[in-house]
Formats: sequence, C-alpha cells, structure tokens
Amino acid sequence: MALLDVTNLSIHFGGVKAVQDVSFSIDAGIVYAVIGPNGAGKTTLFNLITGVYKPTHGEIRLDGESIGGKSPDELARRGVARTFQNLQICMNMSAIENVMVGAHLRLDRNLLKAALRFPSITRRDAELRAEALELMRFVGLDKFADSRADAMPYGALKRLEIARALAMKPRLIFLDEPAAGLNPKETIEVDELVRKVADSGITVVLVEHDMKMVMNLSDRILVLDYGKKLAEGTGEEVRRNPDVIAAYLGGHA
Amino acid sequence: MQKRAYFGLYIVIAVLAILPFVLPNSFYVDLAIRMAINAIIVLGLNLLIGFAGQISLGHAGFLGIGAYASAVLPTHFGWHPVVAMLAGAVATGLLAAIVARPIFKLKGNYLAMATLGLGIIINIALRNEATYTGGPDGMPVPVFELFGISLSSDKDWYWVVAAVLVFSVWASLNLIDSPFGRALRALHGSEVASKVVGVDVVRYKVAIFVMSAVFASLMGSVTAHYVGFVTPNLADFFHSIELMTMVVIGGMASVYGSLIGAVLLTALPQALATFEGWETVVFGVILMVCMIFLPKGLVPTLAAKFGKGE
Repeated sequence: MALLDVTNLSIHFGGVKAVQDVSFSIDAGIVYAVIGPNGAGKTTLFNLITGVYKPTHGEIRLDGESIGGKSPDELARRGVARTFQNLQICMNMSAIENVMVGAHLRLDRNLLKAALRFPSITRRDAELRAEALELMRFVGLDKFADSRADAMPYGALKRLEIARALAMKPRLIFLDEPAAGLNPKETIEVDELVRKVADSGITVVLVEHDMKMVMNLSDRILVLDYGKKLAEGTGEEVRRNPDVIAAYLGGHA
Repeated sequence: MQKRAYFGLYIVIAVLAILPFVLPNSFYVDLAIRMAINAIIVLGLNLLIGFAGQISLGHAGFLGIGAYASAVLPTHFGWHPVVAMLAGAVATGLLAAIVARPIFKLKGNYLAMATLGLGIIINIALRNEATYTGGPDGMPVPVFELFGISLSSDKDWYWVVAAVLVFSVWASLNLIDSPFGRALRALHGSEVASKVVGVDVVRYKVAIFVMSAVFASLMGSVTAHYVGFVTPNLADFFHSIELMTMVVIGGMASVYGSLIGAVLLTALPQALATFEGWETVVFGVILMVCMIFLPKGLVPTLAAKFGKGE
C-alpha cells in the first residue's frame, strides 16, 4: 500500500480552482517531485496535504488513515514534516533553537516543570541540543551552531529549515523549492542533502524548478498545470510526454 | 546564552540583599517594594508580549481583581487572606481563559481589543459595586497574616517581595529556555512554522496569557495588603498602559529588561515631581526619546551594543 494516497483533491478560492481533481499516490521510501509552471498549484497542493488549507473536495490518506482537513499539528503527530518556499525561520531565536523546536512533540512540554527547572527537563534538553547539533552537521551547518538565525545567509537558512523538519523524525517530508534562490554550488549541496535525507529512509516530496535537480533525484514526477494533473510517471516518461512539453514550451500539442 | 543569563540572577540577588542596608529612609524602602512588585508583574507581561508576541491592554484589570479579592473577601465575608488571594488568582485565571480561548482562534491580534474592553469593564464594576468595593473612594484592606505572623512593617514586606522577585526571575529564565518557552518564542517568530512542527498554537497563547494574568492578580493582592488600601485606579486603563510601557522601555523579550523597565518607570514619576505639573510632559518626552533611539528597549539595545547578548 502506498504511504500517501491522494484522490480527487480540489480546493477553490472563490472562483479560482487552484487545485482540481488531482489524484496520485506515493510509495514509502521514494523521492517524489511535483513540477509545473508558476501558478500551477504546487505550493497549494503542499498546503492542502500538510493541513495549512482545508480541501474543498477529495481525500488524502496517510497509511490508510484519512487526514484531509486535519490541522498541521495533528499531521505533525503523524510524522508529516515540511519546509517553506518563502522561509519560515524564527528570527527571534538562535539557529540551534530553531532546530530544537522541530523536536517539540517528542519533549515534555509541561509549563510548571519547565518553570521550576525539573532535572528531567534540563537533562532532555541537553540531549536534544546534542541531537540538534548532529542534525546541523548533517545538513552542513555546523559552523552556525552558535549563530543567531537572523545573522545567517539565505542559503544556510534554507538548510536550517530542513534540519528543523528532520528534528521531527518524520516519515514523510515535503520540501517546497529547497533550491530556490541558491547559487549553482549551493544547489548541488542541497541536491546531495536531499539524497542523503531520502537514503535515511524518509519519503521525500519535492517541489522544485531546477529541472536538473528534479530529474537527478526523483523516482517519480507529478506534473501540474493550471491546478490539474497533466502527467505522472518516471523522469523519462514525463520528459517525453507531449502535454508536458507543450505546457513548458507553450506549443500546441 | 544560558550561563550568562543566569549570571544576571546573582546580580539581582546581590542588589536586593544589599539594598535595605543602604537605603537612607523608609520612603526609599517603599519605592523599592513598589518597583519590585511592578517588576514581577512586568516579567509575566513580558512573557506574553515580548516572548509570545501577544498584546494585553487590560492587565491592570487582572491586578484589580486580585487586589479587590484580597480587600472584599476578608472584610465582608471573613475569608482568610491567603484563601482570598488564591480565590482572586483562580477567578482571574478562569476569566482570562474564558476570554482568551475564542479570541485566539481568530486570526489577527484581537487580544489587544478584547483585553482593553475587559480591563475597562472590570474597572467600571469596581467603581459601581460601592456596597462591596467602596466605589471610587476605595476601601481599606486587612493586614496579611499567616500562621499567626502578620506582615506589617515595610522591611518585612521588602524581604517577602524580594524573595518573590528572585523566584520570578529564576522561573522566567527557566521557562524561556525550555520546550514550553521555545514553542512560545517559535509561534511569535513564525506561527505557521510552529504549527507544522506540532505546536498547538492556541493552547500555548492561552496558557501564557492566563499565567501572566494570574501573576498580575497575585501581585494585585500583594499590593492591596502592602498598601492597606485599594482604589479602582489600580485597575484603570492608564495603569495597564503604564505596565506595557515598562515592558517596551525595558526591552521586549528580555528578562532583565523587564526589571529595568519596572525600576525606571516606577522611579521616574518621583524624580519628575520637581517639575510640578509638567511631569507628564517630561515623562512623555523621555518615552518618545527612548522609542526613537532605543526602539528595542534599553537592555537589548545596550546588550547588542556591548556585544554580549542577554
């Protein structure tokens, strides 16, 4: 059975049908890419699956359980993590604290115990700090361990978001344009990082405009256009699909 | 940041320990007590405003509930002061939770408006229920006593309030650097990011709002017993604004900023008394200058300048 099953998913904003009747399924352990021209509905699709928007129609199943319309924190509990196209880093915190927040659900969040500095809390926090440092090393940010988030360059913040998502120990991670705005060298680094994440056993769903990266990484690709599913398949299949060529090159196929 | 942050706590303890021996007379002891009480309220308020990013314009109302619980319940109903104080705190907590829950489910900062209204309603209630509260004239508050020991001298009050202040600073520092505190700061930094890592945003906002309201209520009770008299002015809008100004001047999201803000703004009216009638104007100018040159508040600006961080 597929890890994620999406059936006839739609969302309308007033008269705008941002996502229409999209169905696909993602097997566990693969890298799945969602591509399409600007405005095709890729980020909206992510927002639907990660609970930021509620679908107008359709069903989303994670491991057989219907998760359509569930809130982001309920999805987080089920092992769904994501990063954002427009950075969502907490600039009022240090870099490592941003990563530590990712582990929120795995911690004792009691207010009183925290205020009274229970040894169990400080001990767990010390472990978590080490864990977060390990994650920062994993994404290649070890030199920013002591930095404030607002003092870090853009490319590093993109990877900090990935580290935060990994701190959730997710089953499924949604990466919304992890290479957007990066220079070619940084793009290659992110490419390698996504590969490492996938190799660690986490199912990766990727929205990305960098076609080289998409073709290089993805096991399967979903092509969206004007909110509709245009094609789906392996990189080779998608590349040869006449509808896809038409959508990207603007021809009349 | 952590070891350095706790170092400040020792300075606070040292200052509080030395202060009563160097203060020349009871006027200054009284001022120190009021500074410390304000500092405790502002610490709670700063957790809400500075760390969680939510605005309350009605905290004096919560303070009023605590103060009047400690005045009315023992006077008219013969309750023990400790029970009255706790009853005030529980009532405040419930009221805060009932108001906050629906408001935090809305998008946008409606808490400011709701708390503004709530504070005004509490103040009006205190003014109008003259049979119990003495109306605009206020009412006397019985002496606080526990296990046969009554707190009456300024020196006694000083040590009690100083101990509570030290505890509050310590607890605030602990809270900020804990899973709870990080979630709080994260929802301020990016609400959507905190949601997707699993933070139940509404619950955290309600929790910190209730906590800061209860702090204010307890300190209202302390103020009532210490002064021995309460008036509705304790709960009026201007007092809420004054408390918020202490947060902003001292420094948002800064524990020690809360202390500095409370100390300065409690002392300032005294220092400006020589201006006779112009003190409000001078007060206003000082606030404006602070906001223009130190927009992040005193402590964070100075900390950044000397490269220490908090």
